Amino acid sequence: MRTNMRAIAAGFVILLAVVAVGPTTPAASIPSDRGAVEHALNRLTFGPRSGDVERVQKMGLSAWIDQQLTPSRVDDSALASHLPPIPAKPATVNSPQEARRYGREAVQALAAQKVMRAIYSDRQLEEVLVDFWFNHFNVFAGKGRTSQFIPEYEREAIRPHVLGKFRDLLEATAKSPAMLFYLDNWLSADPEAAERFAAQRQQRVGARGQQPPNAQQRRRGLNENYGRELLELHTLGVDGGYTQEDVIEVARAFTGWTIGPPEPAGGRGRGNRGRRVRQGPQTPRPAMDADPGNAQFRFMAALHDTGAKTILGQHIKSGGGMDDGERVLDIVAAHPSTARHIATKLVRRFVSDDPPAALVDRVAARFRETDGDLREVVRAVITSPEFFAAEARRAKMKTPLEFVTSAVRASGRDVTDATPLLNALRQLGMAPYMCQPPTGYDDVAETWITAGALVTRMNVAQQIAGAQRASTIGGPEFQKR
Amino acid sequence: MISRRVFVKSGAMAMVSLGFAPSFLARAAEGATARRKLLIAIFQRGAVDGLNMVVPYGEADYYKLRPTIAIPRPGEAEGAIDLDGFFGLHPRMEALKPLWDNSSLAIVHACGSPDQTRSHFDAQDYMETATPGIKSTRDGWLNRCLQSIGSDTSPLRGVALTRQMPRSLQGHAPTLAVGNVDQFNVRGGMDAERQLETAFAGSSDSLLNGSAKSAFEAMRTLRGSTSGPYTPRAGVEYPRSPFGQALQEIARIAKANVGLEIAFAEATNWDHHVAEGGTQGQIAQRLDDFARGLSALAGDLGEQLSDTVILTMSEFGRAVAENGNRGTDHGHGNAMLLIGGPVKGKKVHGKWPGLGADQRFEGRDLAVTTDFRDVFAEVATRHLTLSPEALNRVFPRYAPANALGLIRS
Repeated sequence: MRTNMRAIAAGFVILLAVVAVGPTTPAASIPSDRGAVEHALNRLTFGPRSGDVERVQKMGLSAWIDQQLTPSRVDDSALASHLPPIPAKPATVNSPQEARRYGREAVQALAAQKVMRAIYSDRQLEEVLVDFWFNHFNVFAGKGRTSQFIPEYEREAIRPHVLGKFRDLLEATAKSPAMLFYLDNWLSADPEAAERFAAQRQQRVGARGQQPPNAQQRRRGLNENYGRELLELHTLGVDGGYTQEDVIEVARAFTGWTIGPPEPAGGRGRGNRGRRVRQGPQTPRPAMDADPGNAQFRFMAALHDTGAKTILGQHIKSGGGMDDGERVLDIVAAHPSTARHIATKLVRRFVSDDPPAALVDRVAARFRETDGDLREVVRAVITSPEFFAAEARRAKMKTPLEFVTSAVRASGRDVTDATPLLNALRQLGMAPYMCQPPTGYDDVAETWITAGALVTRMNVAQQIAGAQRASTIGGPEFQKR
Repeated sequence: MISRRVFVKSGAMAMVSLGFAPSFLARAAEGATARRKLLIAIFQRGAVDGLNMVVPYGEADYYKLRPTIAIPRPGEAEGAIDLDGFFGLHPRMEALKPLWDNSSLAIVHACGSPDQTRSHFDAQDYMETATPGIKSTRDGWLNRCLQSIGSDTSPLRGVALTRQMPRSLQGHAPTLAVGNVDQFNVRGGMDAERQLETAFAGSSDSLLNGSAKSAFEAMRTLRGSTSGPYTPRAGVEYPRSPFGQALQEIARIAKANVGLEIAFAEATNWDHHVAEGGTQGQIAQRLDDFARGLSALAGDLGEQLSDTVILTMSEFGRAVAENGNRGTDHGHGNAMLLIGGPVKGKKVHGKWPGLGADQRFEGRDLAVTTDFRDVFAEVATRHLTLSPEALNRVFPRYAPANALGLIRS
């Protein structure tokens, strides 16, 4: 009995030690042979450069993975000189055309930056994850004014959270003008609230002796687009167990989450140079005609549906405001289907087009037990035996972005202008920020490896690597990662 | 299944028209001309608003529920183009009216999926695999058609004018996705081409190996038959849009006689949740492009249209009522168009369910009275002459309904 107790106690101490040291303990399962290093570089970076394998071997693969998971520990100061500047957001614009031009130029510069970061950043895993999560929370630069919000979307909503908490990432996207515009939530309103305000506004404007606005132009109501994609794509996944009723309830919870100029200091808000934004705080209206520099997330209580809601079986009391939407984010972020959906996508990205079920289970469990700590979730994927398994090595096909950037990295050529690479990506069907559906770009071989695409890859190889190395980079082995 | 007479005749024809013919080329040409039936599938991705495309102007509820985006009745300013006293085409689709008048345009309305999803992604997937509700289907229905109607391995039997292979054409039968015929060539000369061909032939990865084999074969075939710039038939003008250009490339490949049996193109940007527009605006522009493209393709194919069916589809329709943003949210039933010589045209097929509150699906959408697979299956059997035994393979878990009578027998 006594020995048993002692054994249990000893076991407990060991367990404590393991827990205390926690994730920084080099996982025993990480192999260190050259093949494993090559594999890790293929999957966790945009392709090895000459000398990378030796450098990582010298440092130790396990230490290198730890470092990549903590990008602040990697000096990346050399990157800045490679990044073309993104035009400053104009505080005011004189015409919609000007705003559109700004959006176009900003996204062009950002796309060039994306390619340059993939090629030159030493925080490679972070760049891989920024790409992954942007794609997960995809927005399309071609839709209306989405483009003008994309640089800040990537910089402020995506990038800071890729190794943080999923719930924070989710909220940052939910409150981003890019997402609010792309999935139409900025327009979604409680139909009754919208009618009330149209009437008030008409009264006031009419009293000033001006033309009453076209009543129909002021009609507003519920828009389900964001609610649906939040459940289907961002969190639970299409088989995650929600209904059309849930979609509507979620959409109701997010009414009033919109875009506008900053809250006026008081009185009748003139906001933006007294031009264009004519609504005072009593009669708020989402203001996309606000100048780009001034448009930001706003909660407009007056547009919110304050009724009770039931979402995925959970009740939200009536009388709520912005917190209704936040409550929804809590519910969906903590839902077990979300853990499974995110785990599946990460395993597909890093391990295999056919995610091994046992690994998905473990990664989903890690998601739940760490409250969606993405650093630990990613660690669980990339230090797993399945990640290093023989059948996983060179089993993924490169997407066009991976192909193009890894070709440059392998060729050792210096890129001063990303334009030809962006043209290649367009030809290969993967122009950055130009994926129209909210699903984002596919992550399976069948989508990207087709007869037509291979010919384009051979020609892009020629262009990037020159005739000498075209047959290597355009050849079969280089398509794998 | 191919009669010897047809085989010999068309095989000989192919040889004559191509002059010297390497074996792969002859094989492709034989495969093609022996059959000579062509299906051109057009996917309207994003869920076109079928009620503004083929307008049920005879329905009072249509106007009641769409105060700002309804298409006026025929005879009114910018009214619908009358088809049969109840339905009308969107006014910007007038390019298709001559095809209606000469009976080579048919419409199936209130058509869609037995599955109720309102997710673009799922609904497209279900339509392209033709297995509604089943996500695990690996290949597309058009690829399964190719598998079942012949054994030729030329990838030019099934060509998508898209950068990525659409789900519909994915599968074991070799197919090709190509943005543009002229760019379909390996630069760097024959040496570079041979070197790469050898390298890919030696790859142990079946996807790389097979795709490359298809690519090199198709490249040679196309090079032999489509050199020089393409000029459409006199008087035919394609829209300069990506859609118009894709259709022009289809006509070019079809006319090159390289064995094309199924072609695929897509028209995008139909997801009009906000400011959809009616006779003007977003949807009007999209339908204008759509109709002028289809009309140009039909005109350009000329004689070949008598052996061609053009079939349009979209993942689901849109809600009957406009939403709070003068757009429409995801709905259910929709309209499909069929164009071609074999089509029993000048008719809106299918059973119209009505738009009354109690007639709508879930109180909000156009109900589905025709399973989209009924249309697919009829085109596959009557036009592509798929055998009844093969029908089960192409449309698993599907019980064929009575023929709609879309294709002349």
